[in-house]
Amino acid sequence: MTEIQATGAASTAGAAEADAFRVIEARELCLTFETNDGPVHALSNVDLAVDRGEFVSFIGPSGCGKTTLLRVIADLEKPTSGSIAVNGMTPEEARRKRAYGYVFQSAALYPWRTIAGNVALPLEIMGLDQAEREERIARNLALVNLAGFERKFPWQLSGGMQQRASIARALAVEPDLLLMDEPFGALDEIVRDHLNEQLNQLWDRTNKTVIFVTHSIPEAVFLSTKIVVMSPRPGRVHDVIDCNLPRVRTLDIRETPEFLAIAHRVRDGLRAGHAYDDQ
Amino acid sequence: MTINKLLKSQGAAVAAVVLILIVIWYLGAAVLNAPFQRDQNERTQQTQTSGAFIEATLNQKRPVLPAPHQVLVEIWNTTVEKRITSKRSLVYHSGITLSSTMLGFVLGTLLGITLAAAIIHVESLERSLMPWIITSQTIPILAIAPMVIVVLNAIGISGLIPKAMISTYLSFFPVTVGVVKGLRSADPMQLDLMRTYSASTFQTFWKLRWPSSIPFLFTSMKVAIAASLVGAIVGELPTGAVAGLGARLLAGSYYGQTVQIWSALLSAAFLAAMLVTIVGVADKAVRRRMGIAR
Repeated sequence: MTEIQATGAASTAGAAEADAFRVIEARELCLTFETNDGPVHALSNVDLAVDRGEFVSFIGPSGCGKTTLLRVIADLEKPTSGSIAVNGMTPEEARRKRAYGYVFQSAALYPWRTIAGNVALPLEIMGLDQAEREERIARNLALVNLAGFERKFPWQLSGGMQQRASIARALAVEPDLLLMDEPFGALDEIVRDHLNEQLNQLWDRTNKTVIFVTHSIPEAVFLSTKIVVMSPRPGRVHDVIDCNLPRVRTLDIRETPEFLAIAHRVRDGLRAGHAYDDQ
Repeated sequence: MTINKLLKSQGAAVAAVVLILIVIWYLGAAVLNAPFQRDQNERTQQTQTSGAFIEATLNQKRPVLPAPHQVLVEIWNTTVEKRITSKRSLVYHSGITLSSTMLGFVLGTLLGITLAAAIIHVESLERSLMPWIITSQTIPILAIAPMVIVVLNAIGISGLIPKAMISTYLSFFPVTVGVVKGLRSADPMQLDLMRTYSASTFQTFWKLRWPSSIPFLFTSMKVAIAASLVGAIVGELPTGAVAGLGARLLAGSYYGQTVQIWSALLSAAFLAAMLVTIVGVADKAVRRRMGIAR
């Protein structure tokens, strides 16, 4: 709710400078899917503002529209009404300019391409020359600790390594914005903890803006600077919680009172948003 | 090796089936050829022991059903014993049939892929083209083949091309259906991924849809190459029986040469098996190269 006021203040002041740092700006965003069982309100009056360098998590039960909201930002879905800007452009313009990298729930690597070949895919589409491609492949595979696996095929890698390769593929485009849709959802807890730490370091080093969809409270609190709690039917933003933990975090932080307090608030928000349909 | 192990090995299983078929074949030959042998014995006032009678049924000159060894001897005589250039060499006739099979198969596969690519990109084509494609396969090929040959002959095209056209006609269909399915088999997530890269339709096709369709393509090609062979043989029937396995079949039936018919039939079956095997080997090789074979 404070978010809407902040957005309103920025616009009325007409501060172009402030807008320059705003990566995502959504207002009264609605998306309705027409199905045979009648309309489904996937998103209802969603307001959202994300500034450059933030790590924002969308959290909520399934059906709350968190993935849909991410897909609207990525121009994989069109909103029914409301406005949304990505880097000050429409999502379609942003997509055409390859403003973001998208990481899906599963690694979605092409089985007939090696790991290097998979990272090369977006670079080939962008029309980069071979030297540039090779440089970016090496740099980004090193970034996700996959140097030396260039010539392996996806099936030769574990699930966690595959997902890291898909992150390297998204990073190779060199976007300022990274959209991640439950990237660690299919992995076991130990691997997930490890990748959370790596992602936190990656974000700190590269200073990218990250939007991260999850349904894990510890994951959201551990990674984020801001947590957007969403609730279902209709999909809407229930609460926006600031997460002012230190920028670089280790897993130990999850035992601290500050961490637990934020996690508690997230859990309360999820429960409140959920209450009315638990008949 | 225990009996169990023996039964489980594929070679033994194939050998057992072949053995059973040969036994049935011999029994059938003896029964079917018996009436003629009885007639002949009556005419020549001859009495035979049962053993000699059965032996005679399996060694007639123009049997109703030739015995396996007669067919094998005929195949041996017309392949190994004959020069390849001889008009009576089965290798020569197989070669002629094979050339139109291959030409028809290649054209059919290309046509099939082209149609499939058009169908998945232009939605209206699926509704307008698919019914015609399916209808084309419901018409008996025996009805169309003579017309194709006659019409093409009238405009001065004869020889290999008309036969290959009939092979094409039969082989494009499985490829179209299989490749349409294959081109659509790409994971929706991977298609979304292409969209996030703002890839062109062309790039999405070559980098995602085409590689995803390869396993489907090879499965279809196995069906298509066998259909091509059938098409080539059928195409040879109305040409006046000049050359090819179809011509051997036709000539054999004109002159009651059942042994010749059966040896041509077996050659065709062997050729089909070889062609399907070659496509299977190519399938494995391509998959291994692509890294998707496990």
